[in-house]
Amino acid sequence: MSATGITTAHSVVAPTGRTRAIAGAIVIVYALITMIPLLWIVVTSFKTPDDSIAYPPKLLFTPSIEGYCNLFNTRTRQTPEYIAALPPATGQCDQLVRSRNMVIAGPSNVIPRFTNSIIIAFGSTFLAVALGTLTAYGFSRFRVPFANDLLFFILSTRFMPPIAVAIPIYLMYRAIGLTDTKIGMILLYTAVNVSLAVWLLKGFIDEIPREYEEAAMIDGYSRLQAFRKVVLPQAATGIAATAIFCLIFAWNEYAFAVLLTSGEAQTMPPFIPFIIGEGGQDWPAVAAATALFLIPILVFTILLRKHLLRGITFGAVRK
Amino acid sequence: MADVILSGVDKSFGPVRAVSDMSLAIADGEFLVLLGPTGAGKTTTLRLVAGLEPPDAGSIAIGGRDVTRIAPAERDVTFVFQQYSLYPHLSVYENLAFPLRSPTRRMPEAEIRKRVEEIAAMLRISQKLDNRATRLSGGEMQRVAIGRALVRRPAIYLMDEPLSSLDAKLRADLRLELKRIQQDLGATVLYVTHDQTEAMTMANRIGVISAGRLIQVGSPREIYTDPRNVYVATRLGQPAINLIPAGLIPAGSLPSGATTIGARTEHLRIARATNGAATAKVDWIEHLGDQNHLHLTVGNHKLVTLADPSSDLAGGDAVSLAFVNPLFFDTAGDRVR
Repeated sequence: MSATGITTAHSVVAPTGRTRAIAGAIVIVYALITMIPLLWIVVTSFKTPDDSIAYPPKLLFTPSIEGYCNLFNTRTRQTPEYIAALPPATGQCDQLVRSRNMVIAGPSNVIPRFTNSIIIAFGSTFLAVALGTLTAYGFSRFRVPFANDLLFFILSTRFMPPIAVAIPIYLMYRAIGLTDTKIGMILLYTAVNVSLAVWLLKGFIDEIPREYEEAAMIDGYSRLQAFRKVVLPQAATGIAATAIFCLIFAWNEYAFAVLLTSGEAQTMPPFIPFIIGEGGQDWPAVAAATALFLIPILVFTILLRKHLLRGITFGAVRK
Repeated sequence: MADVILSGVDKSFGPVRAVSDMSLAIADGEFLVLLGPTGAGKTTTLRLVAGLEPPDAGSIAIGGRDVTRIAPAERDVTFVFQQYSLYPHLSVYENLAFPLRSPTRRMPEAEIRKRVEEIAAMLRISQKLDNRATRLSGGEMQRVAIGRALVRRPAIYLMDEPLSSLDAKLRADLRLELKRIQQDLGATVLYVTHDQTEAMTMANRIGVISAGRLIQVGSPREIYTDPRNVYVATRLGQPAINLIPAGLIPAGSLPSGATTIGARTEHLRIARATNGAATAKVDWIEHLGDQNHLHLTVGNHKLVTLADPSSDLAGGDAVSLAFVNPLFFDTAGDRVR
């Protein structure tokens, strides 16, 4: 202890070992809490239907791919005589299904539904971000008459829950033949996301000094070329963060999907709850669908995670 | 290279008149410095020449061609900005090559490489070409920014206080370097600064600007020795010119209308007072190393002048002051002769 009673044996800004340990523990506990439901879904997808509804829940069980078999195939019940008369089973799924006195009738709808989800979510994200970037750039760089009112109007489309306008949209879509079409769903999700994209991106583009574009324009580039060569690369972080937010919304959206799609354009969220087995919900198949449903967004987020971290802490630190 | 002519150019931003009735001719190969304080309209003038702002009135011609309504890309000018000059997502090499790759220019890659390496050598940044633009010191960044202007041979180089963010030593080095390069290339330069040393050392001619108006244009010598009014006189000289009300110190016969006398160091003769002839008192002497600033009080008026380094004057000494061909100004601040 020094004469003044103040010890400065350690840095005042760097965390000590103990604070690091406490912070680490909190992060681990939080991660466990958020990961357990995901883990449970993955675990359930590898259980048999009986194990999945056993009480108390089984923590130790023999893994089975029956959930995935049931997810990807439709089955029909047959008499034991009929099954006995069939040629030998060709795959593991075949065997599993026959052991339950059923045969595979054909592929299920999961692959077309999953494809729909990918097309609609990524399509609307691309459109929302593209429109949002151009709009935000316009608001950021040009003297737009009534700019603040227009921006407020754009934001105001998010004031109410989108589902509040479900009935008018349903009627409109029916009148113009957009119900149950992929293009209809892409347009709808784009409309919902574009206001978020404009506001997020305007913040990012405002932060890019105009001098860069001005320099490029003096150096012989047109405004659009300067935008592409100079503004876009520097807005990449903002664009990536915005794209993740838009994608998560479009990927998970349930209410409109239930209301407006039934076949052709149905996405995964309304499809998953209707995976019904014999005599009730087929929980392993539902869990298998959910587990697969998580993968694209996980991959996308991991690919862009550097940008995302910078994106969500954006504006918190002054340069 | 070409001459640039501004005639009667006006520019307002809302209620603010940034540039009023600006007429200025920059000769081919000339280094013209616009000198004035912050907000005088210097940067706006540059931006008007570059085409980044359209003028409200008047016209701008570069090399005999009226460019008033022409886009920046078509004007054949380069611009060195005060800051934010480098593209942070590109390497130093890519930054320097950027103007040469523009769609209006389209140069073969080998030619680009040759030019970039030549300029990098000239600015002594050859070893930094592969660095990210953001991984440079302030001085290096500004060299690259200047280099990006120099890779082209435009009609005119426009420079907006390119040295202001650098430390004193580097500023002095780059000042000389810039002047040398300009002479080697025979370049036409319009250079904006509020630093009188930059203006004095680099300019062929200085344009003194205030509140959007060009007050006086002339060689550095002319501006210093023959200012048109008090404002121009106070822009140059270190320590600043002393403005003394007429009558405070005997000055012989004044020109009619003169109410203020402007006296720089060379306009004052100081001698230790011999009994009773004292007109001023020495307050203190500021020793700056290379210079000694002598602070004097005359009546209740303060003067600052340079003291002879060998002078033995000290605080409290009584001295006599006499004018040697000072400058005279009337009540409006204009010169009277």
